[in-house]
Amino acid sequence: MSDASKSASQPWLLSFPSLALFLGLLVVPLALTAILSFNVFDSMMGTQDDYTFGNYLEILSDSYYYELFLRTALMSAGVTLLCILLGVPETIILSRMQPRYQGIFFVMILGPLLISVVVRTLGWSIMLGREGLINQSLISLGLIEAPLQLMYSMTGVVIVLTHVMLPFMVIAVWTTLQKLDPQVADAARSLGAGSWTTFSRVILPQLLPGILSGAIIVFTLSASAFATPALIGGRRLKVVTTSIYDEFLHSMNWPLGAAIAVLLLIGIVSVVMGSNRYIERKFKQVFS
Amino acid sequence: MKDRGLGSNGFGSLIFHTLFTLFIVAPLLVIILVSFSDKGYISMPFEGASLRWYWAILEAPELMDAFSTSIWLGLGAATLASLVAVPAAIAIARYRFAGRDGLMALLLSPLMVPHVVLGVAFLRFFSLMGWSGSFLALMLVHALIVVPFALRLTLGAIIGLSRDAELAARSLGASRWTAFRRILLPLILPGVAGGWVLSFIQSFDEVTMTVFIATPGTTTLPVALYHRVAMLTDPVTASVSAIMIIGTMGLMFILDRIVGIDKVLIGKK
Repeated sequence: MSDASKSASQPWLLSFPSLALFLGLLVVPLALTAILSFNVFDSMMGTQDDYTFGNYLEILSDSYYYELFLRTALMSAGVTLLCILLGVPETIILSRMQPRYQGIFFVMILGPLLISVVVRTLGWSIMLGREGLINQSLISLGLIEAPLQLMYSMTGVVIVLTHVMLPFMVIAVWTTLQKLDPQVADAARSLGAGSWTTFSRVILPQLLPGILSGAIIVFTLSASAFATPALIGGRRLKVVTTSIYDEFLHSMNWPLGAAIAVLLLIGIVSVVMGSNRYIERKFKQVFS
Repeated sequence: MKDRGLGSNGFGSLIFHTLFTLFIVAPLLVIILVSFSDKGYISMPFEGASLRWYWAILEAPELMDAFSTSIWLGLGAATLASLVAVPAAIAIARYRFAGRDGLMALLLSPLMVPHVVLGVAFLRFFSLMGWSGSFLALMLVHALIVVPFALRLTLGAIIGLSRDAELAARSLGASRWTAFRRILLPLILPGVAGGWVLSFIQSFDEVTMTVFIATPGTTTLPVALYHRVAMLTDPVTASVSAIMIIGTMGLMFILDRIVGIDKVLIGKK
Protein backbone atom coordinates (compact mmCIF):
# COMPACT_ATOMS: atom_id res chain seq x y z
CA MET A 1 0.00 0.00 0.00
CA SER A 2 2.99 2.23 -0.47
CA ASP A 3 1.53 4.01 -3.45
CA ALA A 4 -1.61 4.23 -5.50
CA SER A 5 -0.25 2.57 -8.63
CA LYS A 6 0.72 -0.54 -6.72
CA SER A 7 -2.73 -1.00 -5.29
CA ALA A 8 -4.32 -0.39 -8.71
CA SER A 9 -2.35 -3.26 -10.23
CA GLN A 10 -3.02 -5.56 -7.27
CA PRO A 11 -6.45 -6.89 -8.42
CA TRP A 12 -5.07 -7.66 -11.87
CA LEU A 13 -2.13 -9.55 -10.39
CA LEU A 14 -4.55 -11.55 -8.28
CA SER A 15 -6.85 -12.35 -11.17
CA PHE A 16 -4.06 -12.97 -13.68
CA PRO A 17 -3.98 -16.80 -13.30
CA SER A 18 -7.72 -17.14 -13.84
CA LEU A 19 -7.69 -14.62 -16.69
CA ALA A 20 -4.85 -16.46 -18.44
CA LEU A 21 -6.71 -19.77 -18.09
CA PHE A 22 -9.95 -18.30 -19.43
CA LEU A 23 -8.45 -16.33 -22.30
CA GLY A 24 -6.25 -19.21 -23.44
CA LEU A 25 -8.69 -22.06 -22.97
CA LEU A 26 -12.12 -20.49 -23.34
CA VAL A 27 -12.01 -17.35 -25.46
CA VAL A 28 -9.50 -18.71 -28.00
CA PRO A 29 -11.23 -22.11 -28.54
CA LEU A 30 -14.64 -20.43 -28.87
CA ALA A 31 -13.23 -17.96 -31.40
CA LEU A 32 -11.63 -20.85 -33.32
CA THR A 33 -14.98 -22.65 -33.39
CA ALA A 34 -16.69 -19.54 -34.75
CA ILE A 35 -14.03 -19.41 -37.51
CA LEU A 36 -14.42 -23.16 -38.15
CA SER A 37 -18.12 -22.64 -38.84
CA PHE A 38 -17.12 -20.56 -41.90
CA ASN A 39 -14.72 -23.16 -43.29
CA VAL A 40 -15.50 -25.06 -46.49
CA PHE A 41 -16.19 -28.75 -46.01
CA ASP A 42 -15.46 -31.27 -48.74
CA SER A 43 -16.85 -34.76 -48.28
CA MET A 44 -13.70 -36.27 -49.80
CA MET A 45 -11.02 -33.94 -48.42
CA GLY A 46 -12.58 -32.89 -45.08
CA THR A 47 -12.29 -29.38 -43.67
CA GLN A 48 -10.69 -26.89 -46.08
CA ASP A 49 -8.94 -23.59 -45.40
CA ASP A 50 -11.31 -21.56 -47.61
CA TYR A 51 -14.12 -19.53 -46.11
CA THR A 52 -17.80 -19.53 -46.98
CA PHE A 53 -21.26 -18.73 -45.66
CA GLY A 54 -22.30 -22.09 -47.10
CA ASN A 55 -22.74 -23.91 -43.78
CA TYR A 56 -25.13 -21.28 -42.48
CA LEU A 57 -26.95 -21.13 -45.84
CA GLU A 58 -27.32 -24.91 -45.74
CA ILE A 59 -28.91 -24.73 -42.29
CA LEU A 60 -31.14 -21.77 -43.15
CA SER A 61 -32.38 -23.30 -46.40
CA ASP A 62 -33.17 -26.78 -45.09
CA SER A 63 -36.47 -27.42 -43.30
CA TYR A 64 -34.75 -30.30 -41.45
CA TYR A 65 -32.85 -27.78 -39.32
CA TYR A 66 -35.90 -25.62 -38.70
CA GLU A 67 -37.67 -28.72 -37.37
CA LEU A 68 -34.60 -29.59 -35.32
CA PHE A 69 -34.46 -26.21 -33.60
CA LEU A 70 -38.26 -26.10 -33.25
CA ARG A 71 -38.33 -29.59 -31.71
CA THR A 72 -35.61 -28.58 -29.25
CA ALA A 73 -37.45 -25.37 -28.34
CA LEU A 74 -40.78 -27.18 -27.86
CA MET A 75 -39.11 -29.87 -25.75
CA SER A 76 -37.47 -27.19 -23.56
CA ALA A 77 -40.75 -25.26 -23.30
CA GLY A 78 -42.58 -28.42 -22.23
CA VAL A 79 -39.97 -29.17 -19.58
CA THR A 80 -40.10 -25.56 -18.37
CA LEU A 81 -43.90 -25.65 -18.07
CA LEU A 82 -43.83 -28.94 -16.13
CA CYS A 83 -41.10 -27.60 -13.84
CA ILE A 84 -43.24 -24.53 -13.05
CA LEU A 85 -46.39 -26.62 -12.46
CA LEU A 86 -44.59 -29.08 -10.17
CA GLY A 87 -41.76 -27.00 -8.71
CA VAL A 88 -43.67 -23.91 -7.57
CA PRO A 89 -46.27 -25.72 -5.42
CA GLU A 90 -43.60 -28.03 -4.01
CA THR A 91 -41.40 -25.09 -2.99
CA ILE A 92 -44.36 -23.44 -1.24
CA ILE A 93 -45.09 -26.71 0.57
CA LEU A 94 -41.42 -26.95 1.57
CA SER A 95 -41.42 -23.42 2.95
CA ARG A 96 -44.35 -24.25 5.25
CA MET A 97 -42.55 -27.21 6.80
CA GLN A 98 -40.71 -27.29 10.08
CA PRO A 99 -36.98 -26.65 9.65
CA ARG A 100 -36.18 -30.22 10.67
CA TYR A 101 -38.15 -31.73 7.77
CA GLN A 102 -37.11 -28.93 5.46
CA GLY A 103 -33.47 -29.98 5.79
CA ILE A 104 -34.22 -33.63 5.03
CA PHE A 105 -36.36 -32.91 2.00
CA PHE A 106 -33.96 -30.30 0.65
CA VAL A 107 -31.23 -32.90 0.50
CA MET A 108 -33.60 -35.43 -1.10
CA ILE A 109 -34.92 -33.01 -3.71
CA LEU A 110 -31.77 -30.97 -4.46
CA GLY A 111 -29.17 -33.67 -3.79
CA PRO A 112 -29.71 -35.39 -7.17
CA LEU A 113 -28.19 -32.23 -8.75
CA LEU A 114 -24.82 -33.54 -7.60
CA ILE A 115 -25.34 -37.02 -9.06
CA SER A 116 -24.18 -37.56 -12.63
CA VAL A 117 -26.93 -36.99 -15.17
CA VAL A 118 -25.99 -40.26 -16.88
CA VAL A 119 -26.81 -42.12 -13.67
CA ARG A 120 -30.17 -40.36 -13.28
CA THR A 121 -31.01 -41.04 -16.93
CA LEU A 122 -30.08 -44.71 -16.54
CA GLY A 123 -32.52 -45.01 -13.62
CA TRP A 124 -35.26 -43.64 -15.83
CA SER A 125 -34.42 -45.85 -18.78
CA ILE A 126 -34.85 -48.86 -16.46
CA MET A 127 -38.25 -47.53 -15.36
CA LEU A 128 -39.55 -46.36 -18.75
CA GLY A 129 -39.07 -49.58 -20.75
CA ARG A 130 -42.02 -51.60 -22.09
CA GLU A 131 -41.61 -54.03 -19.18
CA GLY A 132 -40.49 -51.27 -16.83
CA LEU A 133 -41.88 -50.15 -13.52
CA ILE A 134 -44.07 -47.36 -14.95
CA ASN A 135 -45.82 -49.52 -17.54
CA GLN A 136 -46.24 -52.42 -15.11
CA SER A 137 -47.84 -50.24 -12.45
CA LEU A 138 -50.11 -48.48 -14.95
CA ILE A 139 -51.28 -51.84 -16.30
CA SER A 140 -51.82 -53.38 -12.86
CA LEU A 141 -53.79 -50.28 -11.84
CA GLY A 142 -55.95 -50.88 -14.91
CA LEU A 143 -55.19 -47.41 -16.32
CA ILE A 144 -53.83 -48.73 -19.60
CA GLU A 145 -54.12 -52.05 -21.42
CA ALA A 146 -51.02 -52.15 -23.58
CA PRO A 147 -47.62 -50.78 -22.50
CA LEU A 148 -46.91 -47.18 -23.53
CA GLN A 149 -43.94 -46.41 -25.72
CA LEU A 150 -41.99 -44.15 -23.37
CA MET A 151 -38.41 -44.99 -24.32
CA TYR A 152 -37.28 -43.40 -27.59
CA SER A 153 -40.18 -40.96 -27.44
CA MET A 154 -40.47 -37.23 -26.82
CA THR A 155 -42.77 -37.96 -23.86
CA GLY A 156 -40.00 -39.97 -22.20
CA VAL A 157 -37.35 -37.29 -22.87
CA VAL A 158 -39.59 -34.57 -21.40
CA ILE A 159 -40.35 -36.67 -18.28
CA VAL A 160 -36.67 -37.36 -17.60
CA LEU A 161 -35.51 -33.80 -18.34
CA THR A 162 -38.21 -32.50 -15.98
CA HIS A 163 -36.74 -34.74 -13.30
CA VAL A 164 -33.24 -33.43 -14.02
CA MET A 165 -34.28 -29.74 -14.10
CA LEU A 166 -36.80 -29.55 -11.22
CA PRO A 167 -34.16 -28.78 -8.55
CA PHE A 168 -33.18 -25.60 -10.43
CA MET A 169 -36.78 -24.36 -10.34
CA VAL A 170 -37.09 -25.17 -6.63
CA ILE A 171 -33.87 -23.25 -5.88
CA ALA A 172 -34.96 -20.19 -7.89
CA VAL A 173 -38.43 -20.01 -6.31
CA TRP A 174 -37.06 -20.72 -2.83
CA THR A 175 -34.64 -17.79 -3.09
CA THR A 176 -37.50 -15.38 -3.90
CA LEU A 177 -39.74 -16.93 -1.28
CA GLN A 178 -37.19 -16.04 1.40
CA LYS A 179 -37.56 -12.35 0.57
CA LEU A 180 -41.33 -12.40 0.88
CA ASP A 181 -42.69 -10.09 3.55
CA PRO A 182 -45.36 -12.01 5.54
CA GLN A 183 -46.96 -8.74 6.62
CA VAL A 184 -48.12 -8.07 3.06
CA ALA A 185 -50.13 -11.30 3.01
CA ASP A 186 -51.44 -10.55 6.50
CA ALA A 187 -52.54 -7.12 5.33
CA ALA A 188 -54.42 -8.66 2.40
CA ARG A 189 -56.15 -11.11 4.72
CA SER A 190 -57.08 -8.50 7.29
CA LEU A 191 -58.60 -6.44 4.48
CA GLY A 192 -60.89 -9.38 3.74
CA ALA A 193 -59.11 -11.32 0.96
CA GLY A 194 -59.68 -15.08 0.98
CA SER A 195 -56.73 -17.45 0.93
CA TRP A 196 -56.99 -18.04 -2.84
CA THR A 197 -57.22 -14.32 -3.56
CA THR A 198 -54.28 -13.69 -1.22
CA PHE A 199 -52.26 -16.32 -3.06
CA SER A 200 -53.12 -15.34 -6.62
CA ARG A 201 -53.18 -11.56 -6.16
CA VAL A 202 -50.53 -11.00 -3.49
CA ILE A 203 -48.12 -13.92 -3.19
CA LEU A 204 -47.89 -15.19 -6.78
CA PRO A 205 -47.01 -11.77 -8.28
CA GLN A 206 -44.17 -11.49 -5.78
CA LEU A 207 -42.92 -14.97 -6.70
CA LEU A 208 -43.02 -14.19 -10.42
CA PRO A 209 -39.41 -12.93 -10.73
CA GLY A 210 -38.17 -16.17 -9.14
CA ILE A 211 -40.39 -18.32 -11.34
CA LEU A 212 -39.18 -16.44 -14.42
CA SER A 213 -35.51 -16.75 -13.57
CA GLY A 214 -36.04 -20.44 -12.80
CA ALA A 215 -37.80 -20.81 -16.14
CA ILE A 216 -34.86 -19.23 -17.99
CA ILE A 217 -32.39 -21.57 -16.29
CA VAL A 218 -34.55 -24.64 -16.97
CA PHE A 219 -35.24 -23.66 -20.58
CA THR A 220 -31.60 -22.99 -21.49
CA LEU A 221 -30.28 -26.04 -19.66
CA SER A 222 -32.90 -28.23 -21.38
CA ALA A 223 -31.98 -26.85 -24.78
CA SER A 224 -28.32 -27.65 -24.08
CA ALA A 225 -28.89 -31.05 -22.44
CA PHE A 226 -27.16 -33.87 -24.25
CA ALA A 227 -27.00 -37.18 -22.35
CA THR A 228 -30.73 -37.39 -21.56
CA PRO A 229 -32.08 -36.76 -25.08
CA ALA A 230 -29.34 -38.99 -26.50
CA LEU A 231 -30.05 -41.96 -24.22
CA ILE A 232 -33.82 -41.65 -23.79
CA GLY A 233 -34.62 -40.25 -27.24
CA GLY A 234 -32.31 -42.66 -29.02
CA ARG A 235 -30.64 -42.16 -32.38
CA ARG A 236 -33.76 -41.25 -34.31
CA LEU A 237 -35.20 -38.50 -32.13
CA LYS A 238 -32.73 -35.70 -32.80
CA VAL A 239 -32.35 -32.47 -30.90
CA VAL A 240 -29.79 -29.70 -31.55
CA THR A 241 -27.14 -31.06 -29.18
CA THR A 242 -27.32 -34.66 -30.43
CA SER A 243 -27.14 -33.50 -34.05
CA ILE A 244 -24.01 -31.46 -33.24
CA TYR A 245 -22.52 -34.63 -31.74
CA ASP A 246 -23.38 -36.59 -34.90
CA GLU A 247 -21.87 -33.97 -37.22
CA PHE A 248 -18.64 -33.97 -35.23
CA LEU A 249 -18.21 -37.64 -34.39
CA HIS A 250 -20.12 -39.54 -37.07
CA SER A 251 -20.46 -37.49 -40.27
CA MET A 252 -17.17 -35.73 -39.43
CA ASN A 253 -18.55 -32.54 -40.99
CA TRP A 254 -16.97 -30.25 -38.41
CA PRO A 255 -17.73 -26.90 -40.10
CA LEU A 256 -21.47 -27.70 -40.28
CA GLY A 257 -21.45 -28.98 -36.68
CA ALA A 258 -19.64 -25.81 -35.60
CA ALA A 259 -22.25 -23.66 -37.38
CA ILE A 260 -25.08 -25.47 -35.55
CA ALA A 261 -23.17 -25.03 -32.27
CA VAL A 262 -22.71 -21.29 -32.93
CA LEU A 263 -26.46 -20.94 -33.63
CA LEU A 264 -27.27 -22.82 -30.40
CA LEU A 265 -24.96 -20.54 -28.43
CA ILE A 266 -26.45 -17.41 -30.03
CA GLY A 267 -29.95 -18.71 -29.32
CA ILE A 268 -29.20 -19.40 -25.68
CA VAL A 269 -27.34 -16.16 -25.04
CA SER A 270 -30.17 -14.17 -26.62
CA VAL A 271 -32.82 -15.97 -24.55
CA VAL A 272 -30.85 -15.20 -21.36
CA MET A 273 -30.08 -11.56 -22.29
CA GLY A 274 -33.56 -10.89 -23.66
CA SER A 275 -35.41 -12.27 -20.69
CA ASN A 276 -33.09 -10.61 -18.18
CA ARG A 277 -33.80 -7.28 -19.84
CA TYR A 278 -37.52 -8.07 -19.83
CA ILE A 279 -37.47 -8.98 -16.13
CA GLU A 280 -35.54 -5.86 -15.23
CA ARG A 281 -37.94 -3.62 -17.15
CA LYS A 282 -41.04 -5.33 -15.89
CA PHE A 283 -40.16 -5.58 -12.24
CA LYS A 284 -38.03 -2.52 -11.66
CA GLN A 285 -40.99 -0.18 -11.40
CA VAL A 286 -42.88 -2.66 -9.24
CA PHE A 287 -40.26 -3.30 -6.63
CA SER A 288 -37.88 -0.37 -6.49
CA MET B 1 -39.72 -21.20 10.10
CA LYS B 2 -41.51 -17.90 9.95
CA ASP B 3 -45.01 -17.93 8.54
CA ARG B 4 -44.77 -16.12 5.22
CA GLY B 5 -48.48 -15.77 4.84
CA LEU B 6 -48.62 -19.10 3.03
CA GLY B 7 -50.71 -20.89 5.62
CA SER B 8 -49.96 -24.48 6.55
CA ASN B 9 -49.85 -27.73 4.62
CA GLY B 10 -53.18 -29.50 4.22
CA PHE B 11 -53.82 -33.11 3.30
CA GLY B 12 -53.68 -32.39 -0.43
CA SER B 13 -50.29 -30.69 -0.01
CA LEU B 14 -48.89 -33.71 1.77
CA ILE B 15 -50.06 -36.06 -0.99
CA PHE B 16 -48.52 -33.77 -3.62
CA HIS B 17 -45.31 -33.59 -1.61
CA THR B 18 -45.14 -37.40 -1.24
CA LEU B 19 -45.64 -37.98 -4.96
CA PHE B 20 -43.13 -35.25 -5.79
CA THR B 21 -40.46 -36.73 -3.51
CA LEU B 22 -41.17 -40.20 -4.90
CA PHE B 23 -40.76 -38.86 -8.45
CA ILE B 24 -37.37 -37.38 -7.50
CA VAL B 25 -35.90 -40.38 -5.67
CA ALA B 26 -37.50 -43.25 -7.66
CA PRO B 27 -34.89 -43.54 -10.44
CA LEU B 28 -32.06 -43.55 -7.90
CA LEU B 29 -33.75 -46.16 -5.71
CA VAL B 30 -34.43 -48.32 -8.76
CA ILE B 31 -30.74 -48.27 -9.70
CA ILE B 32 -29.63 -49.26 -6.22
CA LEU B 33 -32.19 -52.10 -6.10
CA VAL B 34 -31.35 -53.42 -9.56
CA SER B 35 -27.62 -53.39 -8.77
CA PHE B 36 -28.20 -56.13 -6.15
CA SER B 37 -29.99 -58.48 -8.55
CA ASP B 38 -28.51 -61.94 -9.11
CA LYS B 39 -30.01 -62.30 -12.60
CA GLY B 40 -28.07 -61.74 -15.81
CA TYR B 41 -30.46 -58.99 -16.91
CA ILE B 42 -32.05 -55.88 -15.40
CA SER B 43 -34.41 -57.09 -12.66
CA MET B 44 -35.41 -56.41 -9.09
CA PRO B 45 -33.47 -58.27 -6.35
CA PHE B 46 -36.57 -59.60 -4.60
CA GLU B 47 -36.24 -63.08 -6.08
CA GLY B 48 -32.56 -63.41 -5.39
CA ALA B 49 -30.00 -60.80 -4.33
CA SER B 50 -26.27 -60.89 -4.79
CA LEU B 51 -23.19 -58.73 -5.08
CA ARG B 52 -22.12 -60.36 -8.35
CA TRP B 53 -22.56 -57.15 -10.38
CA TYR B 54 -20.23 -55.31 -8.02
CA TRP B 55 -17.57 -57.98 -8.50
CA ALA B 56 -18.22 -57.77 -12.23
CA ILE B 57 -16.94 -54.16 -12.22
CA LEU B 58 -13.52 -55.43 -11.15
CA GLU B 59 -13.46 -57.60 -14.28
CA ALA B 60 -14.29 -54.70 -16.60
CA PRO B 61 -10.91 -53.03 -17.13
CA GLU B 62 -12.35 -50.18 -19.20
CA LEU B 63 -14.58 -49.18 -16.27
CA MET B 64 -11.74 -49.48 -13.75
CA ASP B 65 -9.46 -47.35 -15.95
CA ALA B 66 -12.23 -44.79 -16.44
CA PHE B 67 -12.82 -44.69 -12.70
CA SER B 68 -9.19 -43.92 -11.90
CA THR B 69 -9.03 -41.35 -14.73
CA SER B 70 -12.07 -39.59 -13.26
CA ILE B 71 -10.62 -39.57 -9.74
CA TRP B 72 -7.29 -38.08 -10.83
CA LEU B 73 -9.01 -35.67 -13.18
CA GLY B 74 -11.33 -34.47 -10.41
CA LEU B 75 -8.46 -34.05 -7.93
CA GLY B 76 -6.32 -32.12 -10.42
CA ALA B 77 -9.12 -29.98 -11.80
CA ALA B 78 -10.54 -29.07 -8.38
CA THR B 79 -7.10 -28.16 -7.05
CA LEU B 80 -6.19 -26.04 -10.06
CA ALA B 81 -9.60 -24.35 -10.08
CA SER B 82 -9.23 -23.45 -6.40
CA LEU B 83 -5.70 -22.14 -6.97
CA VAL B 84 -6.90 -19.66 -9.60
CA ALA B 85 -10.30 -18.94 -8.03
CA VAL B 86 -9.05 -17.91 -4.57
CA PRO B 87 -6.91 -14.96 -5.72
CA ALA B 88 -9.60 -13.96 -8.22
CA ALA B 89 -12.21 -14.04 -5.44
CA ILE B 90 -9.98 -11.81 -3.28
CA ALA B 91 -9.60 -9.36 -6.15
CA ILE B 92 -13.35 -9.27 -6.77
CA ALA B 93 -14.34 -9.03 -3.11
CA ARG B 94 -11.68 -6.60 -1.91
CA TYR B 95 -11.02 -4.21 -4.79
CA ARG B 96 -13.12 -1.88 -6.89
CA PHE B 97 -11.53 -1.72 -10.33
CA ALA B 98 -12.56 -1.14 -13.92
CA GLY B 99 -13.41 -4.45 -15.50
CA ARG B 100 -14.43 -6.07 -12.20
CA ASP B 101 -17.93 -6.93 -13.45
CA GLY B 102 -16.49 -8.16 -16.73
CA LEU B 103 -14.00 -10.39 -14.91
CA MET B 104 -16.79 -11.84 -12.78
CA ALA B 105 -18.97 -12.46 -15.86
CA LEU B 106 -16.07 -14.13 -17.69
CA LEU B 107 -15.24 -16.42 -14.77
CA LEU B 108 -18.89 -17.45 -14.38
CA SER B 109 -19.48 -17.84 -18.14
CA PRO B 110 -18.87 -21.63 -18.22
CA LEU B 111 -22.24 -21.88 -16.45
CA MET B 112 -24.00 -20.23 -19.38
CA VAL B 113 -22.18 -21.62 -22.43
CA PRO B 114 -23.75 -24.99 -23.32
CA HIS B 115 -21.33 -27.80 -22.57
CA VAL B 116 -21.89 -29.17 -26.08
CA VAL B 117 -20.47 -25.92 -27.45
CA LEU B 118 -17.51 -26.15 -25.06
CA GLY B 119 -17.02 -29.75 -26.16
CA VAL B 120 -16.75 -28.89 -29.86
CA ALA B 121 -14.58 -25.86 -29.10
CA PHE B 122 -12.10 -27.98 -27.15
CA LEU B 123 -12.22 -30.78 -29.72
CA ARG B 124 -11.25 -28.26 -32.42
CA PHE B 125 -8.66 -26.54 -30.24
CA PHE B 126 -7.00 -29.79 -29.10
CA SER B 127 -6.81 -31.14 -32.64
CA LEU B 128 -5.20 -27.91 -33.87
CA MET B 129 -2.71 -27.90 -30.98
CA GLY B 130 -2.02 -31.64 -31.16
CA TRP B 131 -3.30 -32.07 -27.60
CA SER B 132 -5.81 -34.83 -28.36
CA GLY B 133 -5.52 -37.62 -25.83
CA SER B 134 -3.55 -35.49 -23.38
CA PHE B 135 -4.65 -35.95 -19.78
CA LEU B 136 -3.15 -32.59 -18.83
CA ALA B 137 -5.21 -30.78 -21.47
CA LEU B 138 -8.36 -32.53 -20.28
CA MET B 139 -7.55 -31.51 -16.72
CA LEU B 140 -7.02 -27.87 -17.70
CA VAL B 141 -10.42 -27.60 -19.38
CA HIS B 142 -12.10 -29.43 -16.51
CA ALA B 143 -10.50 -26.90 -14.16
CA LEU B 144 -11.89 -24.13 -16.35
CA ILE B 145 -15.47 -25.36 -16.23
CA VAL B 146 -15.47 -25.87 -12.45
CA VAL B 147 -13.93 -22.45 -11.64
CA PRO B 148 -17.45 -20.92 -11.22
CA PHE B 149 -18.21 -23.33 -8.38
CA ALA B 150 -14.89 -22.74 -6.59
CA LEU B 151 -15.28 -18.99 -7.12
CA ARG B 152 -18.84 -18.83 -5.82
CA LEU B 153 -18.15 -20.60 -2.54
CA THR B 154 -14.88 -18.74 -1.96
CA LEU B 155 -16.57 -15.39 -2.65
CA GLY B 156 -19.33 -16.36 -0.23
CA ALA B 157 -16.68 -16.82 2.46
CA ILE B 158 -14.80 -13.55 1.79
CA ILE B 159 -17.71 -11.17 1.35
CA GLY B 160 -18.87 -9.85 4.68
CA LEU B 161 -15.59 -10.75 6.39
CA SER B 162 -14.16 -7.99 8.55
CA ARG B 163 -10.76 -6.71 7.39
CA ASP B 164 -9.69 -5.58 10.86
CA ALA B 165 -7.49 -8.55 11.79
CA GLU B 166 -5.75 -8.45 8.43
CA LEU B 167 -5.12 -4.70 8.63
CA ALA B 168 -3.83 -5.08 12.18
CA ALA B 169 -1.38 -7.73 11.03
CA ARG B 170 -0.24 -5.51 8.15
CA SER B 171 0.26 -2.50 10.39
CA LEU B 172 2.33 -4.66 12.74
CA GLY B 173 4.68 -5.40 9.86
CA ALA B 174 3.32 -8.63 8.33
CA SER B 175 3.82 -8.90 4.60
CA ARG B 176 0.80 -9.28 2.29
CA TRP B 177 1.63 -12.96 1.88
CA THR B 178 1.95 -13.56 5.64
CA ALA B 179 -1.28 -11.69 6.30
CA PHE B 180 -3.00 -13.84 3.68
CA ARG B 181 -1.55 -17.12 4.89
CA ARG B 182 -1.94 -16.55 8.61
CA ILE B 183 -5.11 -14.42 8.80
CA LEU B 184 -7.29 -14.47 5.68
CA LEU B 185 -6.76 -18.06 4.51
CA PRO B 186 -7.71 -19.70 7.84
CA LEU B 187 -10.85 -17.54 7.93
CA ILE B 188 -12.01 -18.45 4.43
CA LEU B 189 -10.79 -22.06 4.52
CA PRO B 190 -14.26 -23.62 4.90
CA GLY B 191 -15.45 -21.79 1.78
CA VAL B 192 -12.33 -22.75 -0.15
CA ALA B 193 -12.56 -26.39 0.96
CA GLY B 194 -16.28 -26.50 0.16
CA GLY B 195 -15.56 -25.02 -3.26
CA TRP B 196 -12.89 -27.66 -3.81
CA VAL B 197 -15.23 -30.55 -2.97
CA LEU B 198 -18.04 -29.10 -5.11
CA SER B 199 -15.55 -28.61 -7.98
CA PHE B 200 -14.41 -32.21 -7.62
CA ILE B 201 -18.01 -33.45 -7.83
CA GLN B 202 -18.75 -31.27 -10.86
CA SER B 203 -15.62 -32.43 -12.67
CA PHE B 204 -16.26 -36.06 -11.76
CA ASP B 205 -19.86 -35.88 -13.07
CA GLU B 206 -19.22 -33.93 -16.27
CA VAL B 207 -20.21 -35.87 -19.38
CA THR B 208 -21.54 -33.60 -22.15
CA MET B 209 -18.30 -31.73 -22.80
CA THR B 210 -15.99 -34.65 -22.02
CA VAL B 211 -17.76 -37.02 -24.43
CA PHE B 212 -16.38 -34.87 -27.29
CA ILE B 213 -12.76 -34.81 -26.17
CA ALA B 214 -12.26 -38.10 -24.30
CA THR B 215 -9.99 -40.51 -26.16
CA PRO B 216 -9.56 -44.23 -25.38
CA GLY B 217 -6.77 -43.34 -22.91
CA THR B 218 -8.61 -40.46 -21.24
CA THR B 219 -12.17 -41.77 -20.94
CA THR B 220 -13.87 -40.71 -17.73
CA LEU B 221 -16.35 -42.84 -15.79
CA PRO B 222 -19.51 -40.95 -16.85
CA VAL B 223 -18.36 -41.09 -20.49
CA ALA B 224 -17.62 -44.83 -20.29
CA LEU B 225 -20.99 -45.32 -18.63
CA TYR B 226 -22.68 -43.20 -21.30
CA HIS B 227 -21.20 -45.28 -24.12
CA ARG B 228 -22.11 -48.52 -22.37
CA VAL B 229 -25.71 -47.46 -21.66
CA ALA B 230 -26.07 -46.23 -25.25
CA MET B 231 -25.35 -49.80 -26.36
CA LEU B 232 -27.09 -51.85 -23.69
CA THR B 233 -28.43 -51.48 -20.16
CA ASP B 234 -26.89 -54.36 -18.24
CA PRO B 235 -26.70 -54.84 -14.45
CA VAL B 236 -23.05 -53.64 -14.44
CA THR B 237 -24.20 -50.17 -15.50
CA ALA B 238 -26.49 -50.26 -12.44
CA SER B 239 -23.78 -51.34 -10.00
CA VAL B 240 -21.35 -48.66 -11.31
CA SER B 241 -24.14 -46.09 -11.00
CA ALA B 242 -24.98 -47.25 -7.49
CA ILE B 243 -21.34 -46.73 -6.47
CA MET B 244 -21.46 -43.23 -7.99
CA ILE B 245 -24.67 -42.44 -6.07
CA ILE B 246 -23.22 -43.68 -2.78
CA GLY B 247 -19.91 -41.88 -3.40
CA THR B 248 -21.74 -38.63 -4.13
CA MET B 249 -23.78 -39.03 -0.94
CA GLY B 250 -20.54 -39.43 1.00
CA LEU B 251 -19.15 -36.23 -0.53
CA MET B 252 -22.42 -34.43 0.21
CA PHE B 253 -22.03 -35.43 3.85
CA ILE B 254 -18.51 -33.96 3.86
CA LEU B 255 -19.77 -30.78 2.16
CA ASP B 256 -22.48 -30.48 4.78
CA ARG B 257 -19.82 -30.70 7.51
CA ILE B 258 -17.57 -28.07 5.92
CA VAL B 259 -19.96 -25.39 4.66
CA GLY B 260 -23.51 -26.66 5.13
CA ILE B 261 -25.21 -28.48 2.28
CA ASP B 262 -27.95 -25.86 1.97
CA LYS B 263 -25.31 -23.22 1.25
CA VAL B 264 -23.85 -25.37 -1.52
CA LEU B 265 -27.18 -26.28 -3.09
CA ILE B 266 -29.01 -22.99 -2.79
CA GLY B 267 -25.99 -20.72 -3.21
CA LYS B 268 -26.69 -18.22 -0.48
CA LYS B 269 -28.55 -18.27 2.76
